[in-house]
Amino acid sequence: MDIDELIENFSFFENWEEKYQYVIDLGRRLEPLDEAFKTEQWLVKGCQSQVWLVPQFKPDCIHFCGDSDALLVKGIIAIVFTIYNDKSADEIKKVDVQKIFAKLGLEENLTPSRRNGMMSMIEKIKQYAQNAK
Amino acid sequence: MFDVYQIRKDFPLLNRPLNGRPVAFLDTAASAQKPQCVLDKMMQIYQTCYANAHRGSYWFAEQITEEFEAARQTVRAFINARETREIIWTRNATESINLVAATWGMQNLRAGDEVLISEAEHHANLVPWQQICAKTGATLRVFAIADDGSYIEDEFLRALNSSTKLVAVTAMSNVLGTIFPIKEIAVAAHRAGAKILVDACQFAVHHKIDVQDMDCDFLAFSGHKTYGPTGIGVLYGKAEILSTMPPYQFGGDMIEHVTYQHTTFAEIPARFEAGTSASVQAIGMAEGLKYMQHLGLENIMQHERELTAYTTARLNEVPNLKIIGTAPNKGGVFSFIVNSIHPQDLAFVLNKENVAVRTGHHCAEPLVNRMGYTSLARASLGLYSTKEDIDALINALLKAEKFFREN
Repeated sequence: MDIDELIENFSFFENWEEKYQYVIDLGRRLEPLDEAFKTEQWLVKGCQSQVWLVPQFKPDCIHFCGDSDALLVKGIIAIVFTIYNDKSADEIKKVDVQKIFAKLGLEENLTPSRRNGMMSMIEKIKQYAQNAK
Repeated sequence: MFDVYQIRKDFPLLNRPLNGRPVAFLDTAASAQKPQCVLDKMMQIYQTCYANAHRGSYWFAEQITEEFEAARQTVRAFINARETREIIWTRNATESINLVAATWGMQNLRAGDEVLISEAEHHANLVPWQQICAKTGATLRVFAIADDGSYIEDEFLRALNSSTKLVAVTAMSNVLGTIFPIKEIAVAAHRAGAKILVDACQFAVHHKIDVQDMDCDFLAFSGHKTYGPTGIGVLYGKAEILSTMPPYQFGGDMIEHVTYQHTTFAEIPARFEAGTSASVQAIGMAEGLKYMQHLGLENIMQHERELTAYTTARLNEVPNLKIIGTAPNKGGVFSFIVNSIHPQDLAFVLNKENVAVRTGHHCAEPLVNRMGYTSLARASLGLYSTKEDIDALINALLKAEKFFREN
């Protein structure tokens, strides 16, 4: 699924319950992260829940795997990956994630006051992209 | 007559709907809402007699200085301290404890000495001691509590010994609600030759404090939890101990005489109040304490006791909910988990339902870990809390439980 399909899917929801049930479903379908990576080394700092992010650098893109022990965060990770996964460092740099989250109606998850750590995770993704260049 | 619905009218924020619905504010343990009289008092000072306290020799300055010192007197009476000079203004309780650690601690702790704390301490009553122990070579010891959060006298007495120089303990746990028997602990500490510092941040919100009866050497609490403003806290210390302590910070009005070569320092309390004081906040804090006294500490305690029983009973109705901290006579603080739902997920649904709770480690990470968790949700009561707030919490929890159930 690409991000445009996702935006379309989100446009059908009438209340937060439906919307976030779908977020949880997306989390359940997230590519599993090997337990061996669930260590301090791959932990994203600044999150209330535990969030792991593991990059795999490929010749022309970066593939991310991740997980969280909180269901909603895991769903948001799935969305973040739909936006960023298997893109080149240049493409990652160009993404306006705030705009996409606003289109999804999920902007409340990216405010600095939300301590779900999604901002830290996105910063980390950008950092990996920067280092890959 | 304590009519909580009438009292709620004093709190502007509690009467403000959010998205068209009332808010169940259950996070008083983190910070309390403010009654109108506190807001009015602070505004009145700014509008009628604001100046730098203890500085100018004109009417405004004299007026605010008088109010500022009257506020100190109000705090003295609130905790029944012997003397007004035993009341030191700080930024918050954390600074109060840091002050004792940096001055008394540096002066009195040596290698071989011990500082004894409980397993139930907030970081504010743990990290300063850990750090000062590292600097002085003293040892930080921790006495165990029971799995239900209860104080265990034997554990405390076993850890207390002739090397103990200070017992630093909370009067009420911000995570478990456990009330610690400070008076007993103080007797034992003194018998062992140790001083005792009490973290009364949570206790002060719900109980009458009498520092002479407790016979504690130091006691810390903050304004923002006792229905006053942020940015102001109190350190109580026995005058004979405070008088022997060196200053904490330097500058401003904490001096007696200054030459380019040398400074002599003021007597207490000024010695510990370097720089411009948060005078308006101090006056606001005193107004909050007066408000509590006006309602009656006994009445507040009675109301919260009833509501604590009600909350416990209702929480136990929620399937797969576990209350963390069930010590007898605990105060109105409820940490809990529901099923295997992450507290952050839980709080998300609660927020959508206009129920305000805190999640995380509650600035007591070792304690939350010791209870077997990394994160907990916590609902806490204030004098304005109602059964309706608790009902809203329970309904939101039931909804969350259903929401996250795998289907």
